[in-house]
Amino acid sequence: MALFSKIFAKLRIGGASDSDWDELRSSLIESDLGAKLSDEIVSVARATKSESAESAIRKALEGALTTSSRDLKVVEDRTTTILVVGVNGTGKTTSVAKLMKDLKDRGNDVVVVAADTFRAAAIEQLQTWGARIGVPVVAGKFQGDPASVVFDGVKVARESKADYLIVDTAGRLHTKSNLMDELSKIKRVLDKSGGVDEVLLVVDATTGQNGINQAKSFTESVSVTGLILTKMDGSAKGGIALAIERETAIPIKFVGTGEGADDFGPFEPDSYISGLIGSE
Amino acid sequence: MFDSLSSKFASAFSSLRSRGRIKSSDVEEIVAEIRSALIESDVAQEVAKSFGDRIQELAIPELERINKSTNPSQGIFEIINAELTTVLGGQTRRIRMAKKGPTVVMLVGLQGAGKTSLAGKLAQYLKSQGNTPLLVASDLQRPNAVTQLQQVGASVGVPVFAPEPGNGVGDPVKVAQAGKKFAEDKLHNFVIVDTAGRLGVDAELMSQASRIRDAVKPDEILFVVDAMLGQDAVRTAQSFLEGVGFDGVVLTKLDGDARGGAALSIVTLTNRPIMFAATGEKTSDFDLFHPDRMASRILGMGDVATLAEQAKAALDPDLTKKFEEKFAAGDDFTLMDFLSQLQALKKMGSMSKMLGMLPGMNSGAMKKQLDNLDEGELVRTEAIIQSMTPAERHDVKILNGSRRARIAKGSGRAVSEVNNLVDRFTGAQKMMRQMRNGGGMPPGMPPVPGMAGMPKINKQLPPKKKSKSGNPAKRAAEQG
Ligand SMILES: Nc1nc2c(ncn2[C@@H]2O[C@H](COP(=O)(O)OP(=O)(O)O)[C@@H](O)[C@H]2O)c(=O)[nH]1
Ligand SMILES: [Mg+2]
Repeated sequence: MALFSKIFAKLRIGGASDSDWDELRSSLIESDLGAKLSDEIVSVARATKSESAESAIRKALEGALTTSSRDLKVVEDRTTTILVVGVNGTGKTTSVAKLMKDLKDRGNDVVVVAADTFRAAAIEQLQTWGARIGVPVVAGKFQGDPASVVFDGVKVARESKADYLIVDTAGRLHTKSNLMDELSKIKRVLDKSGGVDEVLLVVDATTGQNGINQAKSFTESVSVTGLILTKMDGSAKGGIALAIERETAIPIKFVGTGEGADDFGPFEPDSYISGLIGSE
Repeated sequence: MFDSLSSKFASAFSSLRSRGRIKSSDVEEIVAEIRSALIESDVAQEVAKSFGDRIQELAIPELERINKSTNPSQGIFEIINAELTTVLGGQTRRIRMAKKGPTVVMLVGLQGAGKTSLAGKLAQYLKSQGNTPLLVASDLQRPNAVTQLQQVGASVGVPVFAPEPGNGVGDPVKVAQAGKKFAEDKLHNFVIVDTAGRLGVDAELMSQASRIRDAVKPDEILFVVDAMLGQDAVRTAQSFLEGVGFDGVVLTKLDGDARGGAALSIVTLTNRPIMFAATGEKTSDFDLFHPDRMASRILGMGDVATLAEQAKAALDPDLTKKFEEKFAAGDDFTLMDFLSQLQALKKMGSMSKMLGMLPGMNSGAMKKQLDNLDEGELVRTEAIIQSMTPAERHDVKILNGSRRARIAKGSGRAVSEVNNLVDRFTGAQKMMRQMRNGGGMPPGMPPVPGMAGMPKINKQLPPKKKSKSGNPAKRAAEQG
């Protein structure tokens, strides 16, 4: 992002004009940070004593990140259970595939549940991934009750003493209360059978300010514990994830960078921030 | 969609309204508010700025004329409304048909935008208009995209051309080409080519899209965009425009609360119209995009035109007339009337969606209330009423404990639900009687169960310019 380097070159703390800072604010908005957070970052940066504008901005952005742990929670005495949720098309199923591959590669026994019984061929999509990666997929009937598939999945995981159980769910707009209730029901099934250790909300990096509503509503229904930020291989900077962290303190835990099962990794604040401000 | 836009505009307008004569400094103020509201709604900053500048340019020379009118703020409003309509695409454009052979529509877009679902919706839409579309499965990349299209095609009764299994196997260019040939041979008049999702920055996949384009020479390339898209819309639209080109835009997931500002950026910067809108997961949740309606909706005017159209299609005129006659004759409002009205409402489609089209109903709190309307409750209520005997329906006062238990059993609902319904119906009936005694107009549609929020909703409506009735269905009927 040439714009940022140009601005940084001009900005010497103290010597920067208001319009320089305005330009910087514009660039942050272009990264989907939103007007509110962009204003906050700029004012924090302006008040920071720092050798360069870039480090001031960097510090301000770091300050907006949550200090909670970004590690996947793991329990030792039973199957660690992960519920994956989000709006339609954000990359939930692909992220489940990536997560199961990552966990399996580390020597874990993983079971996944295809609880998207709604979208056409969603079950087959997850089964294809399961076959490729070599992870058993518990599936029910198309248009069946997702909570009952989850129930079956729990049983399979428990019987096989799996280390991890990952539940893929149907995409749903957070505004549809009946679908959100369905999700709560799925979570209750998991709660009753030992507990859910992670509820991961999948957020597409191209998402605009609506992402904040998504995070708030999903948290209200199923207490989200972490974000998976997908599609970071595109031109979108994914600034909405920072805005969500700032607003809800839910940590970004993983990042998706492509359509392959290996295009995935833990969230790294430094490189994320570099991406936001276009420095290498 | 455009929720916060609506409320921002609305508050800007109410302050304008209270001012009477409008000065050019007032216009500047409202333009500044509009700009920041647009940016908050994911509109690109340059687009928000140019839109604001344009309003200023248009409004200031008109101030003298506007201030002479009885309602100056209305004059400003009209300028903004007209300009927003223009920016959103001017006149609605229909699909361009091929001069000879099948009309080819190619769908392109980012991963997860909703292309495959949209392909099904478009197919059903075209089919309902008497066309014979063919779906072509050229997304051979995402696991089971082909299976998904096959299932979608089957559910709308449209054949799917899918010679390759996908999941990385097969050449999408050849499939598209063979699909077109197949359609020509079998005399399909439309071909809808579903393609893989791709990123603007993926040069290789972008060139694949252009090869598909060259192979099938589409009459329309439609760029499918998620209404939730943020600021990246500008870069992505630009790269699709350069990489493959497109003639029109389709907005998906408009049934959520996304503000949809990206759409405004895309049409402004690419000069391509939004042609269709997808508003739900059902294959029928699809319509032509109406810029004028969307503009009114943004401005907090509600999509009255769409509502009126739906109401007209759903409401049985005889039924409405019967109600009015009955009412005028002084007959009492019975459970049977209640049920017919429930059925009419159900026919009108998703109730919350419908109410969302009304003026003032798109603001945050209202939206939440609408979204929480339990549509399943309508179905349950219907089941309960249907389990009653005609005598019971005629006079709910005869419903003693054992009758209620029988009805509960027959409808598979709890006794408490039956009690609840009876209570609410009795309340509605009382209200109807009062209304008549008070000399009010007989409403075409009294309050129904599951719509407990209705009376409150009415209070929050902005001053109505176009309608006389406080009742949504009645108002719709007036406008139809
Ligand atoms: N480029 C890119 N595409 C992704 C990524 N994650 C998912 N996708 C694609 O996004 C689309 C939707 O993904 P899917 O997992 O089916 O989404 P779901 O509906 O949320 O389950 C598919 O085409 C995926 O291949 C990512 O990190 N990068
Ligand atoms: Mg999925």
